[in-house]
Amino acid sequence: MLEKALKGSPKYYLWVGFLLLVIAGTSGAYVMQLMEGLTITGMSRDVSWGFYIAQFTYLVGLAASGVMIVLPYYFHNYKKFKDLVIFGEFMAIAAVVMCLGFIVVDIGQPQRMLNVVLFPTPNSILFWDMLVLNGYLMLNLLVGWTCLECDRQNLPHPKWSKILAYVSIIWAFSIHTVTAFLYQGLPGRHYWLTAILAARFLASAFCSGPAILLLVIMLTEKVTTFKAEAEGIATLAKIITYAMCINVFFFLLEVFTAFYSSIPGHTHSIVYLFAGYDGHSELVPFMWTAAAFAIISLALLIPPKLRNNVKLLPWSLAILVIATWIDKGLGLLIGGFNPTPFETIAPYWPTGKELLISLMIYGTGALVVTILFKIATEVKQETGASQKPAPVAE
Amino acid sequence: MKLYNGGKIITGLVIFLGVFLAPFAYNMGKAAYSQPKLKMPENEKECIESKEFMRTKHMQLLNDWRDWSLRDGKWVYVNSKGKEFEMSLQKTCMKCHTNKAEFCDKCHNDAAVTPYCWDCHIQPEGLKK
Amino acid sequence: MNHTRRNFLKFMGVAAAGLCAASAGSALAVSGAGSSIKDSATAVNAKRWGMVIDTKKCGTKEAIDVLAKACHSVHNVPNIPGNQNVMWIWAAGYEQAFDQPNNYMDESVEKRQFALLCNHCTNAPCVRVCPTQATYKRPDGIVAMDYHRCIGCRYCMAGCPFGARSFNFMEPRKHLDLTTLNKEFPTRMRGVVEKCNFCVERLAYGKQPACAEASNGAVVFGDLTDANSEVRKLLREHYTIRRKPALGTEPGVYYII
Ligand code: SF4
Ligand code: SF4
Repeated sequence: MLEKALKGSPKYYLWVGFLLLVIAGTSGAYVMQLMEGLTITGMSRDVSWGFYIAQFTYLVGLAASGVMIVLPYYFHNYKKFKDLVIFGEFMAIAAVVMCLGFIVVDIGQPQRMLNVVLFPTPNSILFWDMLVLNGYLMLNLLVGWTCLECDRQNLPHPKWSKILAYVSIIWAFSIHTVTAFLYQGLPGRHYWLTAILAARFLASAFCSGPAILLLVIMLTEKVTTFKAEAEGIATLAKIITYAMCINVFFFLLEVFTAFYSSIPGHTHSIVYLFAGYDGHSELVPFMWTAAAFAIISLALLIPPKLRNNVKLLPWSLAILVIATWIDKGLGLLIGGFNPTPFETIAPYWPTGKELLISLMIYGTGALVVTILFKIATEVKQETGASQKPAPVAE
Repeated sequence: MKLYNGGKIITGLVIFLGVFLAPFAYNMGKAAYSQPKLKMPENEKECIESKEFMRTKHMQLLNDWRDWSLRDGKWVYVNSKGKEFEMSLQKTCMKCHTNKAEFCDKCHNDAAVTPYCWDCHIQPEGLKK
Repeated sequence: MNHTRRNFLKFMGVAAAGLCAASAGSALAVSGAGSSIKDSATAVNAKRWGMVIDTKKCGTKEAIDVLAKACHSVHNVPNIPGNQNVMWIWAAGYEQAFDQPNNYMDESVEKRQFALLCNHCTNAPCVRVCPTQATYKRPDGIVAMDYHRCIGCRYCMAGCPFGARSFNFMEPRKHLDLTTLNKEFPTRMRGVVEKCNFCVERLAYGKQPACAEASNGAVVFGDLTDANSEVRKLLREHYTIRRKPALGTEPGVYYII
């Protein structure tokens, strides 16, 4: 089926070429990092993980989120998701690829990376994270590819693919739980040391992930003949809304525990993020933007009338994505490292090169999504599944 | 039997073989490989183990030394003849082999290997800016 | 020897067995027949190394800088300006060092500086999180690092609640005076984490840690399990505290206040 990615309209070539250009252009920054070391980033002795690991964390959420489509389809036999399933799986593949990319660019000695495999260390959560992420990648490749191939040939899906799909559903929860365990088991990092972190991760993943997926699917509808069923979209929007409510609720639980108990360690990070601490308030405008956007997105998603308005929905979703991204892609890491073990504040901001390298990986992810979605939509066009009523062939 | 796209396939194969064999062609007629001349220690005739052993296995020996000293906390190596040595690259090996450029680098350059020992360990000649 | 298939198979069998044995443990995998390894004759050993710092005797920035200089020069620790710096031992105030600030403190304690370094914790989170065992615990309580193996993931830095670890963001040799290096000890390379090693390389030859030696008796090093050791004597005679005891890492560095 890969050949389908090779043939396309001039627009498709233009887009792929553009992505390749972005990747090639930004990889120069990565070469520079390889030569000079991570000193080109904004990270420091006190904030020793930064933008890369934050993006990794956010994207594990995106990878796990496909399950919000796969689970209703396989466990509840919800047929309206039938044509979305493949996109959920393919999105997960791209997300895991980006996750692995962000890990590779973050470590100081990438050529020794295999030491994690050569000296397996079960007491390290990073070891488990490596296992579950690679496993999840394999599962989605296998299930997604096989099912699509069968669809193309009008064959029923093999039984083992169904079993693997069940496994991948459970697995999806594990990848984000294990990623949360990376953080929440560390003594002395109060912002992370909370049992609800894994639950918060999942909740935020299950709203932001499907939101991104839905946005990409809407885009796909614009540029291909594919048309998702309106009811499926509406259900997914409902799922996103519930998850976002839970996400906000979990965060408020944190706020209550911290401030009602008034234990300094628990409050300091939140105070730093939302009000500033020790004369530092770098993140305050961002965190309040996140808070405001979270509320606005809920206001636009909870009333069914607004949620089902197809014109408005992309905007509501975009606002939601921004809110969750600031929370998890910015606040989580910086708030976790601040205050430092010395009760001081060590401001962090990614450097331009750091952002370029991140762009390289996001570009790669976009390329993977483009290619996989192209294949999927072409197969659907071939089999006449979920097509626009009057196909306007290009 | 008919070979579809025969012309293209054969051209491809020829190009592939050409590229693949280029290094051999390039080296044809050149003198055979000769072992580089190493600068040997002056006051010491015998190494830790036999010459053959050192030539073929020094890298594994160094790896073992690293793990034994660092991880197991054992610092003394007793060789097959009962002689004792401190397991240390800088304090033992390089005390006799006082010139990295004239010793280590000779073979390593020929074999095109760049072990990263010297990224951390200090060569006996000292470091220059 | 005949090159028969039978011989070939025998050889393969032996080779396979050898491979298994080699990977099963690092027990004399390659070294010449008859070789063995043993402890250094002058080594000092302990069941659990520990340190007691008398902050009344060594409680100013200047005094601690003397220790830092001693440590950093024997271990070739670079002097990097800015926040991507590397430190093995350094000075900090009471509030930064201990998480139990007291109001209306004795002025002398409030102004005092404390020597901070890796605590060589009994339940070290850095050892727990390291995915490659590049950070590991020795039987004598020292939390050691194998810089050859470290992949620079910095998980250990997030795990250490004491800020004891530094990452080599850049080539450390650019910030070292190459003419005054200690040639008996390596430097580090870019991309690995490093920290205080309780001077394992000195203990192996019966020497005291460099900071203890430079401290005029303010820093005492010894076996915490030995009731007659000097560290135990100090612990008996003085009130001491450790950093962040509530976290349960069980630091091995004690401070006489
Ligand atoms: S002080 Fe930090 S680096 Fe040292 S052993 Fe404890 S946790 Fe590890
Ligand atoms: S940075 Fe090195 S020592 Fe630290 S956890 Fe990673 S591999 Fe282990």
